Amino acid sequence: MFIETGHFALVLALALALVQSTLPLWGSVRRDLTLMGTAVPVAIGQFALVAYSFACLAEAHVVSDFSLVNVVENTHSTQPLVYKIASVWGNHEGSMLLWVLILALFGASVAGFGRGIPMVLRSATLAVQGWIASAFLLFILLTSDPFARVARPPIEGRDLNPILQDLGLAIHPPLLYLGYVGFSIVFSFAAAALITGRVDAGWARFVRPWALLAWTFLTLGIAMGSYWAYYTLGWGGFWFWDPVENASLMPWLAGTALLHCTSVMEKREALKVWTIFLAITTFSLSLLGTFLVRSGVLTSVHSFASDPTRGTFILLILALFIGGSFALYAWRAPMLRVGGIFAPVSREGSLVFNNLFLSACCATVLVGTLYPLALEATTGQKISVGAPFFNLTFGPLMVPLLFVMPFGPALAWKRGDLLGAVQRLMVALTVGLVIAVVLVAVTRGGPVLAPLGVGLAAYIIVGALSDVALRVRPRPMPLRTVVERAAGLPRSAWGTAIAHAGMGVTLLGLAATGWGVERIAAVHPGQPVDLGPYSVTITALVPRPGPNYSETLAQAVVMEGGRVVAEITPAKRFFATRQQTVAEAGIVTLGLGQVYVSLGDQHPDGTIDTRMFWKPLVSLIWGGALVMAFGGLLSLSDRRLRIGVAFRRPRPAAAGPRPPVPAE
Amino acid sequence: MTRRRTLGAVALMAALLAAGPSRAVEPDEVLPDAGLEARARDVSSGLRCLVCQNQSIDDSAAPLARDLRLIVREHLKAGDTDAEIRAYLVQRYGDFVLLKPPFERATLLLWATPALVVVFGGMALWRRRRPGTGAAPLDPDEQARVDALMAEPPTRR
Repeated sequence: MFIETGHFALVLALALALVQSTLPLWGSVRRDLTLMGTAVPVAIGQFALVAYSFACLAEAHVVSDFSLVNVVENTHSTQPLVYKIASVWGNHEGSMLLWVLILALFGASVAGFGRGIPMVLRSATLAVQGWIASAFLLFILLTSDPFARVARPPIEGRDLNPILQDLGLAIHPPLLYLGYVGFSIVFSFAAAALITGRVDAGWARFVRPWALLAWTFLTLGIAMGSYWAYYTLGWGGFWFWDPVENASLMPWLAGTALLHCTSVMEKREALKVWTIFLAITTFSLSLLGTFLVRSGVLTSVHSFASDPTRGTFILLILALFIGGSFALYAWRAPMLRVGGIFAPVSREGSLVFNNLFLSACCATVLVGTLYPLALEATTGQKISVGAPFFNLTFGPLMVPLLFVMPFGPALAWKRGDLLGAVQRLMVALTVGLVIAVVLVAVTRGGPVLAPLGVGLAAYIIVGALSDVALRVRPRPMPLRTVVERAAGLPRSAWGTAIAHAGMGVTLLGLAATGWGVERIAAVHPGQPVDLGPYSVTITALVPRPGPNYSETLAQAVVMEGGRVVAEITPAKRFFATRQQTVAEAGIVTLGLGQVYVSLGDQHPDGTIDTRMFWKPLVSLIWGGALVMAFGGLLSLSDRRLRIGVAFRRPRPAAAGPRPPVPAE
Repeated sequence: MTRRRTLGAVALMAALLAAGPSRAVEPDEVLPDAGLEARARDVSSGLRCLVCQNQSIDDSAAPLARDLRLIVREHLKAGDTDAEIRAYLVQRYGDFVLLKPPFERATLLLWATPALVVVFGGMALWRRRRPGTGAAPLDPDEQARVDALMAEPPTRR
């Protein structure tokens, strides 16, 4: 019964989005307070309507309302509640609705919490956000209606794709979207700045928290997706350079460059033009990703051609926004005055280096992802660009980037002292070098890159920590003073150090994959398999019923030196509705590494095909991402206070009501 | 049916799962000679499973991938070099089978992109540094105006 109202709310949201895209903009151009004042309530209202619409769809999924095409095709009445909810975004229509919900959420957040932002900028920003919302709401209403009814409701649904019935995937899309759609608000800020013609350090300060927030979520989203692929797909890989993954990696790379740029712009008012360019680019890459994933162009160029409605629509949105924003940029950017100047060896210089290499990484992924499509479309020649290409090109670009990373915080603004920075990093350089040399010597004949990677990772981690240590304790001083200085260090400095260390931690995990052990064998129950420092024995195979599947469960023990250290239960699940079998890997974390067991076919002689891995330090790959995200949040908490301060200043504490403190 | 189009990732997995419960390299494929098997894995991971989305035959569970893995191993046993095996498969399936595209005229831009961005980006940055170290510093009058503007409270109602 909510269905029609949900659909109607979506139409109303479109109407509000159209209002949001025009009135406030007109107001900000004419400096008309009344017109500008419409931005806030309209943005919040639009969010409320989209949220209501989303809630209606979610309700239909939860109660298994099989009169809805979307529900019939993606759920089953026996599904556990969490997957009924996850099935809302486990399909095209629902995930587009989630996309727009998050778009509206960011608009409403700027409307609600952005009181310190100048009225003109905020109104224009919300107007641009309104354009994006209008385009995508129109897309949903015209081509991807999630509220379509079935003429004759069936008695049962077709179930969610079994591979998506997983807790990791239930939360992966919302996290990822909070990241990559979150950059929409940064895009809107950039377009608004170009329209209003005012780009200064203040702009960077308003934008930075939003960019940090989006970046933090994107980092978590990518890590979550990677971990999900790792434990679900059953062969222990965690990054496949699949175009769908690349679609989320590109905004991350551009967004990382943007974050570093905004700090230069905020502190030194330099790199303005470039920051605006990156802000536009980052969200353009998010849009491109949406196009690649949603249009079907990746599955094959032909499947896109056979049903081009949606693809063409998104392509149109893409052309409109990317083309429009870059045209605006080309027109207005030359009017921006060049900001602060700096020497090549300086904090700014190192951040420019960071941007150059991140851009090169991003361009490599972009070209690698699109090249086969472009080549096939133009010459008909079919080529594949896969992991070996990216490893060969992306890897060498990351090495200089990662090597210079600890130098950034160690150099002063404007003009840095390279020798001084080297001295500050002496400990880190020494530790990294010693570790690499010792590992090369110890693991002779083993993988070559792994020890070097571990050395680089150690250098990055120690470099990040020693930078903080040197700031807190530049010379011998009592512990009390050290603690006070540590507490007094800006949270953004802590955030930088922690995020950089997180990168090192991830690299450590990546490097250690070289020492992994893999066994592929058909084993009898009771037969032990040696796996690096452990041995794994499958003791029994038991059938077991699940809520909407039946499974064969293997009980396995992991032994170390004759002692049981863990028990794991890898399984094979059969989903009758879709006639699909999914392997549930059995994974146990031992120390920082993991033992990973995946089941294959059972044979008449009682053996079962298994694939077993010992992956040392593998958990650090995702652990590092968590550390990076924590660094981002820490930095964000610092910014929030600063915005609050900037806002409070004009209003003395004694006079007037207390200013609202921004939440989050 | 258009409605059935889902995430690209889902399509990938669906293709993968359509093949049934078997996983990538299966125990009966593994060669007894560890050195040869390691080479087989290495070669396989650079070959595309032609019916999958961006997966190597080493990772794929599709029947075709299994056939190709067996072909690779047959040829290795027959004493072919890695390059000969790749050449054989390219002859059969075209460059599409290689996950690392060959370096040729059509792929020049692809391979050159990283270097081009770094070199030209670096050159552009260097040029920008040169002329008189950027803009002239502000005169006291301008500086005073900037300070006044910076001190201005944010505009709001």
